[in-house]
Amino acid sequence: MSQHDRLPIVQDAAEGCEAAAPPSRRDFLRTAAAGAVIAAVSGCKPDAVVEELQRRHLTELSKDRLQEMLGKLEKKWSAEYGKDVKVGLRPPMPGVNFAYGLDLSRCIGCRRCVYACVKENNQSRKNPQIQWIRVLQMDKERGVSLEHATPYYNPEKVPEPGHFYMPVQCQQCRHPPCTKVCPVKATWKEPDGIVVIDYDWCIGCRCCTAACPYGARKFNWAEPKLPAAEMNPVTDYLGNRPRPMGVVEKCTFCLQRTRTGRYPACVEICPVGARKFGNLLDPESEIRQVMDRKRVFVFKEELATEPQFYYFYAT
Amino acid sequence: MGILEFLKGAARQVVTGGKAYKAWVAVLVGMMVIGLVGYANQWQGGLIATNMRDQVTWAFYIGNFTFLVGVAAAAVLLVVPAYVYHWKPIKEVVVLGELLAISALTMCLTFILVDMGRPDRLTHIMPGPGNPNWPDSMLSWDALVLNLYLMLNLVVVVHILYRAYRGQDYAKWFVVPLVLFSIPAAVGIHTVTAFLYAGMAARPYWNAGILAPKFIASAFCSGPAVMIILFQILRKTTAIEIKDEAIQKVAELMAYAMFFNLFLLGAEIFKEYYSHTEHLLYTQYLWQGIGTHKALVPYAWFSLACSVTAFLIFVTPAGRKNWTTLNIGAVLIFSGVYIEKGMGLVIPGMTPDTLGEIYEYQPSATEWMVAVGVFGMGGLVFTTLVNVAVPIMMGTLRAKGASTVPMGAEATH
Repeated sequence: MSQHDRLPIVQDAAEGCEAAAPPSRRDFLRTAAAGAVIAAVSGCKPDAVVEELQRRHLTELSKDRLQEMLGKLEKKWSAEYGKDVKVGLRPPMPGVNFAYGLDLSRCIGCRRCVYACVKENNQSRKNPQIQWIRVLQMDKERGVSLEHATPYYNPEKVPEPGHFYMPVQCQQCRHPPCTKVCPVKATWKEPDGIVVIDYDWCIGCRCCTAACPYGARKFNWAEPKLPAAEMNPVTDYLGNRPRPMGVVEKCTFCLQRTRTGRYPACVEICPVGARKFGNLLDPESEIRQVMDRKRVFVFKEELATEPQFYYFYAT
Repeated sequence: MGILEFLKGAARQVVTGGKAYKAWVAVLVGMMVIGLVGYANQWQGGLIATNMRDQVTWAFYIGNFTFLVGVAAAAVLLVVPAYVYHWKPIKEVVVLGELLAISALTMCLTFILVDMGRPDRLTHIMPGPGNPNWPDSMLSWDALVLNLYLMLNLVVVVHILYRAYRGQDYAKWFVVPLVLFSIPAAVGIHTVTAFLYAGMAARPYWNAGILAPKFIASAFCSGPAVMIILFQILRKTTAIEIKDEAIQKVAELMAYAMFFNLFLLGAEIFKEYYSHTEHLLYTQYLWQGIGTHKALVPYAWFSLACSVTAFLIFVTPAGRKNWTTLNIGAVLIFSGVYIEKGMGLVIPGMTPDTLGEIYEYQPSATEWMVAVGVFGMGGLVFTTLVNVAVPIMMGTLRAKGASTVPMGAEATH
């Protein structure tokens, strides 16, 4: 794999087309010319730009090309972060449809989930600070009312009297408004219910951030800052691998963990057990237990997004 | 052979002009340099150079884009009467309207480009190298129709000018169907742009059926306002003749459009305030502010005052026949619609955000610089195109041996 790191453009093109039609000279010239123009305008390395132009949509890549691409990324990031970075592309497990349960009567608003998520998922720490989970403090008097909610609460100790807390993250909707508006199919819903983003295909138009009713999608307004020492090297291409500047990211139910049978980081860290997770198709799973025994509701049910993220009050 | 000669002639004409022309071009180039400096900064550090954040993810750039789509769509206002009803005085200025559409579209597409986080991945939206999300994504449709509309206007204008350059009348069988098609296409570009917003259930301020009609109504105000001013400048600075009658007719149409626009605005405001649901917040943010957050309030009222005053001027025959009041009215309408459809549309749609947070957005210095650059570029496109088109239409710039009868005169044979 590694020897493909700096393949020149011609070989690269030929290799990718082995199974399909051979690349025509005209195609190559066109791409190369466009690459040169963009490079001249942008001041980028022509190699990188031409490679970007040659990139196809993930669904159009052959297995070999995918492996090669992941290998390149592993090598690049291993060098950059000084550790053995793994970039997987784990497919959804058959017979699995993930769902999440959040017990609002237990949550104390400590934000441990927020920080565990940042750590696990390699989010940018500062400038831009990116957090996939937003914990809203609400007034008990008013119930769930966004008009009277704030994420900016900083008391010595939580919970504060008179308040309750509502963490919000990607709701993995069954009818996701975000994937519908994406002009380039850079984001889609997988068979196991998880809405994913190809960070290397996203054009950064932010239609999805405008369309998401839950503020779940975060944009890399600047080059993400991920300290090498804190970098989590166990990654997935569609999950927690490092992201480039100018693209959108969001919660993926920690697919790099959950697709191998582990819990999401936020579930694991929660000190009060407010977070439940599991396979909707498995009657014995934790989430099914919650749904059988408690009464659940979904956030902004009037928008008919049908989230796979349920809130409930256990007590 | 002929085309090459035409292009050479046109290129020579671009750099030909008096002192005023050269000074104006220098100003526009200066604006573009400012824009490039701003964009270089944004390219280097990312969109963090703007004041957009996760709470307000679309702002000044997209507001300008939306406004300019309206200006581009309004070329149809000249096309309809000129080609369908054969109103002689307007026919002469149709070419200029289409040139305005071309420059407005150039600016639209550039504003989208500068708003993108990854402009280097632009090809992803193109059929062929990319993977456009048809039919679901309104932005992929918008990219398609805007480019089609740009092509359409370019083809018609280049054909008419090329034929005139060679002393020939344009080919009716070719131009008329294209022009007829450009009428629904103009309505189309603005409708699709409205749907881009109106389709988002997450943003109640935009999620209204009234949005597309309102876009069309306000476009029929702002586009012609630009043209009224431009026509007066052009007939002073160039040899082209634009009859008063044509300008008056455009002003009259604007009065009706503005009435409709204000009516739709009133209907929206009534619905929001009377029903007083949680969706009122966004309208309230624009017109009254929420608590201490009042950044948009003065702009909203200024915009309304401009639009109402302009409507009163244009609806009275004396008001639009007097050149001073006519020009004041045109500037007022332009300012009113620019605020209403730019910041007044985009920002309240995202304030408060979907989780109730209020982030008060104001454009950053970088955003201003880039916007100045884009307007400079649009101005340069329009100026140079007009500088080529006018002498061709007047018969002073022609191929060797071609007839030098002015274009309008031929048409009236």
